[in-house]
Amino acid sequence: MTKLQTILTATSAMCCVTAAHATELEVTHWWTSGGEAAAVSELAKAFDGKTEHTWKDGAIAGSGNTARPVMISRITGGDPMAATQFNHGRQAEELVEAGLMRDLTEIAEAEGWKDIVNPPSLLDACTLDGKIYCAPVNIHSWQWLWLSDAAYKTAGVPVPTNWSEFVAAAPALTEAGLVPLAMGQQGWQQKGAFDVMMIALLPSDVYLKVYDEKDAEAAAGPDVAKIFQAADQARAMAANSNVQDWNQATNMLITGKAGGQIMGDWAQGEFAVAGQVAGKDYHCLPGLGEKNVLTTGGDAFYFPVLDDADKTAAQGELAALMLSPEVQVAFNLKKGSLPVRGDVDLSAANDCMKKGLEVLNNAETLPGGDQLITQDTTRQIEDLMVEFFADTSLTAEAAQERFAEIIADAE
Amino acid sequence: MAASRPNRLFRNLSAKIAAIPMILTALVVFVGGTVWTVAYSFTSSKMLPKWKFVGLDQYERLWETRRWMVSIENLMIYGICMLIFSFVIGFILAALMDQKIRFESTFRTIILYPYALSFIVTGLVWQWVLNPEFGVQHILRSLGWESFNFDPLYNADIAIFGVLIAGLWQGTGLIMVLMLAGLRGIDQEIWKATRVDGIPAWKTYIFIVIPMMRPVFITTLVLVAAAIVKVYDLIVAQTGGGPGIATEMPAKYVYDYMFGGQNLGQGFAASTMMLLAVLIVVVPWAYMEFGSKKRG
Amino acid sequence: MADVTSTLVGPRGPKPRKILTRNNIMIYGTLIIVSLYYLLPLWVMVMTSLKGMPEIRMGNIFAPPLEITFEPWVKAWSEACTGLNCDGLSRGFWNSVRITVPSVIVSIAIASVNGYALANWRFRGADTFFTILIFGAFIPYQVMLYPIVILLREMGLYGSLTGLIMVHSIFGMPILTLLFRNYFSSLPEELFKAARVDGAGFWRIYFQIMLPMSLPIFVVAMILQVTGIWNDFLFGVIYTKPDLYPMTVQLNNIVNSVQGVKEYNVNMAATLLTGLVPLFIYFVSGKLFVRGIAAGAVKG
Repeated sequence: MTKLQTILTATSAMCCVTAAHATELEVTHWWTSGGEAAAVSELAKAFDGKTEHTWKDGAIAGSGNTARPVMISRITGGDPMAATQFNHGRQAEELVEAGLMRDLTEIAEAEGWKDIVNPPSLLDACTLDGKIYCAPVNIHSWQWLWLSDAAYKTAGVPVPTNWSEFVAAAPALTEAGLVPLAMGQQGWQQKGAFDVMMIALLPSDVYLKVYDEKDAEAAAGPDVAKIFQAADQARAMAANSNVQDWNQATNMLITGKAGGQIMGDWAQGEFAVAGQVAGKDYHCLPGLGEKNVLTTGGDAFYFPVLDDADKTAAQGELAALMLSPEVQVAFNLKKGSLPVRGDVDLSAANDCMKKGLEVLNNAETLPGGDQLITQDTTRQIEDLMVEFFADTSLTAEAAQERFAEIIADAE
Repeated sequence: MAASRPNRLFRNLSAKIAAIPMILTALVVFVGGTVWTVAYSFTSSKMLPKWKFVGLDQYERLWETRRWMVSIENLMIYGICMLIFSFVIGFILAALMDQKIRFESTFRTIILYPYALSFIVTGLVWQWVLNPEFGVQHILRSLGWESFNFDPLYNADIAIFGVLIAGLWQGTGLIMVLMLAGLRGIDQEIWKATRVDGIPAWKTYIFIVIPMMRPVFITTLVLVAAAIVKVYDLIVAQTGGGPGIATEMPAKYVYDYMFGGQNLGQGFAASTMMLLAVLIVVVPWAYMEFGSKKRG
Repeated sequence: MADVTSTLVGPRGPKPRKILTRNNIMIYGTLIIVSLYYLLPLWVMVMTSLKGMPEIRMGNIFAPPLEITFEPWVKAWSEACTGLNCDGLSRGFWNSVRITVPSVIVSIAIASVNGYALANWRFRGADTFFTILIFGAFIPYQVMLYPIVILLREMGLYGSLTGLIMVHSIFGMPILTLLFRNYFSSLPEELFKAARVDGAGFWRIYFQIMLPMSLPIFVVAMILQVTGIWNDFLFGVIYTKPDLYPMTVQLNNIVNSVQGVKEYNVNMAATLLTGLVPLFIYFVSGKLFVRGIAAGAVKG
């Protein structure tokens, strides 16, 4: 509570305001699945309860690809919300450069974000020219293979412990009339799975060469060719997965209709909402069980510059609140993601989250794709993957060629 | 005009004032907006418009992008099929309705009602009806026709026709009504005369009635063509562009890159190409319609 | 083939006929089959929305429900969630009302005056502007989306209802103006000339002569606009914010924010609810709609 008061003074000192009057903050985000909605309501509850302000929920359904345009056009259109979710990294880069996002440096200093945020790369992704523009709220890692115990039981094979076993078990599942790999037919999911394979099945420097250095030769090389072969296998395994949304795909696991799904740790929220227990009803393999590695992308809140002094003060309170220990714990437990600070007690966390924490603390982490490539390039790769996964006449070789072209043009 | 006044500028002043919204819309939004978009399509604008000239780069990338090519192809297939089917079906239905039948208004009401529904609603309904696990395919298979295969929403080769079915369902009624109105405008004497001459009905339709209905056809074409170019909601609701990229459309490409991909320049270039395509079709028509001075 | 042509050659027109001629069987047969095709989706929507989920999974989408339940309707109207807002479609409904009513009034007022000025007061340059306007109907919206964002921002209207109303008025203008111009041109010119001779001015002729004579075209324009604006998705998504989202956008949001399994029955109920307003207007005023469209289009 004292910390909060520091913030109150910090923000009001910052902005020529008298006392902060109770106000309403509109917060936009794209968290609309069951687990996500439960998590976001933790944020709302904390904000409504601990401050005199009210959280006005501006959920935009669909995926980030649907929601981001709405957010961006509202900010650039001069009708900004009070706070908005982005995957931190390059998505909001230009908005920050154009001076449309509020500088949070003072709040970050007062709260000591530099010391508590772990890994520090998260805060780096919020930083531009030494100033901090966003409040990271969670760490999401994509590199998980989720497995349905029920499906493997039906097929009569043991639950795989790594990717190669998973591939080997696929025919048994097919025979049992199940779908080996559940995958929603949306570009971001397919690109996500592709990147995961690239990280988990190859040495990490290949991933960095392709996405960080934009090395087109590496993208066209024999290492990445292996990944396209793996993607080809994944395509065959997912051939009968006729769902769109990621949580419908997860639901195929929950109901035992599909064996596995490559999806970020947010899938955990869906298992939790369905009352399933990690290690008993489902299993999770970080780094596809091949390699102990996670990327540290995540969600962050950005605060557009507002004219209203009351709202500006309230923004500061919200930013501070989002990183407070209690909120971090409550939010991330529901979301299935990891907290951005290493000093909170996560004893309530389940098996999978603990595995993730362990990797985060002891093993290798890599920057997530959102931090390395622009939204434009992401979109191009998504378009390619959507086509690749839907059209079996597009060979792995041809797809790789086009992939290398996209990387060559990337900034 | 009968009344003549001395000052030309102030002649019809009220009319000119009344037309200000139209003039502003025409000049600022339609002309101004279009010029602005075309101009910025030559820049490397990403999330925000920036005047950084890059020549034809955006266009080169556009025409090298497979998704764009597929979108164009889809628009052609959808557009041509939509025009042909909706005109043929619409006209035949109108001709049937014109046979002095009973329950005409009931039939008309049934055939026109989908036109009142939005593309979002249309798309969602047909998504449901065509759903292979529950819809038409499932029903026909459970009736014993095991080999029946019609899953346009999952099969990339025929997906665009799934969209076409929905589009026709929504739009044919309007065309029928317009055609019917056109038929009703035909002088009854013509029918009497052709009957006396013993000309078969179908010949009368093709060689006499349809040429007489030219204005109706043109207006209808205007309405339908405008709707086809703008097709966006239907795709978003029914297929989301899938499976894969099989039902992508140019309008969706523009939206996705302009906002989702945060590449305004690319979106502007794509929309400029759409505009160009429209102009190629519309200019000759406009020239015919408005080029010759005539008093309505 | 010979049979078909010979039946078609037969006399037509207002001659009394027997009911069961081959000709009639063909005509009514075709029309009934076509009608079934048109009615089928509506039937499926209604039936699906009245079933429970287990029955949907088991059964046939065309079959009527074994057990009728109105729960999906209640859920769609007042409980379905988008994120934290679990107030169903009701909010979107009222937003749509608040968007549609003023937009319809403003756009028709502007377009009718435009059409009248174009038809009766042809001033210099009028045709040029009209041509541009008609082109405007063809310019893909996508070309003007972004400039309008800038325009609204500069006017301080971005994200507000007023801004959206303006956008609807702008994009409704080409077709409506065409409709009104054609209609006013079709009225006997002597009326207008006589009024001019009597010394009536622009507005007086409009209100006292043109308006009373053109009720049908106003109803048509109204129907076109109410359905058009109610059904709009793109502008609603781009130019408003979540608490002002119209019903279509909310529908799409609800259908797309899947929690667990897709609830097809709730989705269909929501879809029907969204379609109810335009359908109601259409069924109530169906004949005027048809007659008016004809008046606008035929005299091109």
